[in-house]
Amino acid sequence: MNIDSIQNGIVIDHIKAGSAMELYDLLGLDALDVSVAIIKNVSSRKMGKKDIIKIDADIPVDLDVIGYVDPGATINVIKDGLLVEKKTLSLPKTLTNVLKCKNPRCITSCEQELDHVFRLTDESKKLYRCVYCETKAN
Amino acid sequence: MRSIIDILDLSVEELDELLAVATDIIAHPQQYQDACAHKKLATLFFEPSTRTRLSFEAAMYELGGNVLSVTGGATSSVAKGESVADTAKTVSCYADIIAMRHPKEGAALVAARSATIPVINAGDGGHCHPTQTLADLLTIYREKGGFNGLTIGLCGDLKFGRTVHSLINAMSRYNDIRFILVSPQELKLPSYVKNDTLKKYGLPYTQTTDLQSTLPEMDVLYMTRVQRERFFNEEDYLRLKDTYILTPDKLRDAKKDLCIMHPLPRVNEISVAIDDDPRACYFKQVLNGKYMRMALILKLLKEAAL
Repeated sequence: MNIDSIQNGIVIDHIKAGSAMELYDLLGLDALDVSVAIIKNVSSRKMGKKDIIKIDADIPVDLDVIGYVDPGATINVIKDGLLVEKKTLSLPKTLTNVLKCKNPRCITSCEQELDHVFRLTDESKKLYRCVYCETKAN
Repeated sequence: MRSIIDILDLSVEELDELLAVATDIIAHPQQYQDACAHKKLATLFFEPSTRTRLSFEAAMYELGGNVLSVTGGATSSVAKGESVADTAKTVSCYADIIAMRHPKEGAALVAARSATIPVINAGDGGHCHPTQTLADLLTIYREKGGFNGLTIGLCGDLKFGRTVHSLINAMSRYNDIRFILVSPQELKLPSYVKNDTLKKYGLPYTQTTDLQSTLPEMDVLYMTRVQRERFFNEEDYLRLKDTYILTPDKLRDAKKDLCIMHPLPRVNEISVAIDDDPRACYFKQVLNGKYMRMALILKLLKEAAL
């Protein structure tokens, strides 16, 4: 299968196979009025299979979201058809308005304007907890 | 602006400092009677409380300060839909320090982020209640002469009991502490407290449903109430509320210098027949709470003035 290369935009590469749709939703790519390609189950020498997202516009993407979904993904910034920047990621220390706290006793359940903020409490287990009530993200 | 939301906001050195100040207040109360003159404490209590609110207010009055009080959301702007953040900003214009209780977890943190004066968390739902832990620490310190080498029994609702979680967090920073966790299966200590504190610091603990057989090993027995307000299901509450009731005959094999504690209010988990036993320390805890709140108010106001 062939997908045209982009001239100016972003390629999110090395996404764990099966995670592209989650990233698409969390990054809000459905709201963009530009071409977005989601390529699933691409053969990869390193990973066996991987997903790729190509965005045909140089827009800011939330690196924390990508780092949370798949810290192994890479971000390639393309300008005039050339790779100008390659970013690697790690698990973000905090996540703001990426996850929702589901604890009905949490202050975020009744104060709608509050940001939902989670902090990384155990990197090895990829464990995030709500900063307000310490409920585990799931 | 420094606020105290969780007991872990205070270092061990600061806890020692507060214990020392509280001990000095007990010895020389007259030296502190004007320490907070012309200062105002706002007590914002959006959930029922007798002890904690009165303790904060008595603490401020004994420091020579004044108190502004809001009790119950129904009579405040919160009933009109005002956010915790806006309430904190508004009260910052009137008072010098806030003590806040709120039924929602994290409410005190939200208030502290918006207030321009120190905020003390006086209980945020089932989450944290740091000044109760300060009261508990002073009680253990005065009754046992220190913290190291103690075996501490925690009995009752260990799942929703915020005082238990805070006490474990605070005690985990001292040496050679051992915990005995006594609860029904349904109200066991949450795994995150076990993993993040007990296992992380390598603290030995025993988990059991049997109070009687483990009581002789304890230096401190911390009883808790099964709290109706933490249950979504009334049937579960009724089934579990009478699991542990401490009576004089159950204390037969306990140590002679056992320190029996309870954050109060009690319902029936400690028989009134135990109140005259010299090992009963729960009313001393109430008094110690006032002294520790005095020490904390002093510390935060002093830091805010710097």
